Amino acid sequence: MDIRETLFRPVFRDNPIALQILGICSALAVTSSMQVSLVMAIALTLVTAFSSFFISSIRHYIPSSIRIIVQMTIIASLVIVVDQILKAVAYEISKQLSVFVGLIITNCIVMGRAEAYAMKNPPIPSFLDGLGNGLGYSFVLMTVAFVRELFGSGKLFGVEVLPLVTEGGWYMPNGLLLLPPSAFFLIGLLIWAIRSWQKDQVEEPEFRITQHTPVEESA
Amino acid sequence: MPSNKESLSRVLTVAFALCIVCSVVVSAAAVVLKPAQEINKTRDLKRNILMAAGLYDASLTVEEQFERVTTRVVDIDAGTYVNDIDPEGFDSRAAAKDPARSRALEAEEDIAKIIRRSDHALVYLVNDESGSLDKVILPIHGYGLWSTLYGFVALEADGNTIAGLGFYEHGETPGLGGEVDNPRWKSLWKASRHIVMVMWRSRLQRVRLTPSPPLRTGKLMAFRGRL
Repeated sequence: MDIRETLFRPVFRDNPIALQILGICSALAVTSSMQVSLVMAIALTLVTAFSSFFISSIRHYIPSSIRIIVQMTIIASLVIVVDQILKAVAYEISKQLSVFVGLIITNCIVMGRAEAYAMKNPPIPSFLDGLGNGLGYSFVLMTVAFVRELFGSGKLFGVEVLPLVTEGGWYMPNGLLLLPPSAFFLIGLLIWAIRSWQKDQVEEPEFRITQHTPVEESA
Repeated sequence: MPSNKESLSRVLTVAFALCIVCSVVVSAAAVVLKPAQEINKTRDLKRNILMAAGLYDASLTVEEQFERVTTRVVDIDAGTYVNDIDPEGFDSRAAAKDPARSRALEAEEDIAKIIRRSDHALVYLVNDESGSLDKVILPIHGYGLWSTLYGFVALEADGNTIAGLGFYEHGETPGLGGEVDNPRWKSLWKASRHIVMVMWRSRLQRVRLTPSPPLRTGKLMAFRGRL
């Protein structure tokens, strides 16, 4: 098992959002500011890494009939711990993230890695796999948040970059970018960009439209 | 790998052990971090109270600055201070849900769509260095586009001029309703000296301001306590 491969493959080659189209929901919700996105990305990365680690360490003892709920219990406990820590040390940000930290529990990336990787591999590679997938999520989140915050509110990490018209500057912000649907467009464009670069990610079409019957034959 | 992995006793043992371990971890985190969370929460509220009045100074601790502030409970209908309720333990949101300590509002007086209003409320009196009353800070809340906005409005000692305004909790969209957090919008309230504050006793009232700051979220409410 190549450590670098496990860790970095999910960032570009096998990105959980861009290739597997998982964990979109929170990527839409929290990406209107980079600071909040960063905290969310760190929280999700930690949860994915540690939940994969713990699930993998007890994988031989988990009866397969209750494996999903066992995974959920471990993930939920970790998420609650992360939420509590955020409330204690970064209160302002936890207020902004509000329910989204709690919703990491339902994030398909965490669950997906637990089921697809941690149940079949030893703890350390599982930890790295979780970390890598978390980084893949973080990469998409930060990219989307960069565009949304810069063009939506003229700021990066809360620091003014483009002076807004409303503040006496020249930049008229794009209000759409502050709304969740804009993240859909951005993620779509990102997937397009990644697949143009790595052509093997392009899926085979599920069906093809057949050729028109030539006019002379049909007549 | 254990052979009887799927047996009933194994399923129960694993489930039980996992629950014990996870609940210990979660409770331990909650208990250990509780004091820090409480401090954060109180500090955040106090900072917002100070910020509404434009008194917040980032170089000093919130606790230091809050020494100038006296918290009192007022009876909104009577307009008098209430001494038998401890301001420390008073929670106006809990009170607004308790039929014994609140009342339902009529449709025409409920312009902020808050449905029930607590009988009592906390007010914050800020004294200046000489000890005389400088500013009065009142809690306000009202329904916006998506959420209830909670904030504070600070009045000068004459009780008729707005010294500042700020919301500390809301779920409005950034760029639209979220503009209530924009310092430039907030400063419009502060700058204006032509305030008509129509206050009817025991009624929620709209705070009117000329010129009215443009805001799509709309309604801002204040209540009357005798000041």
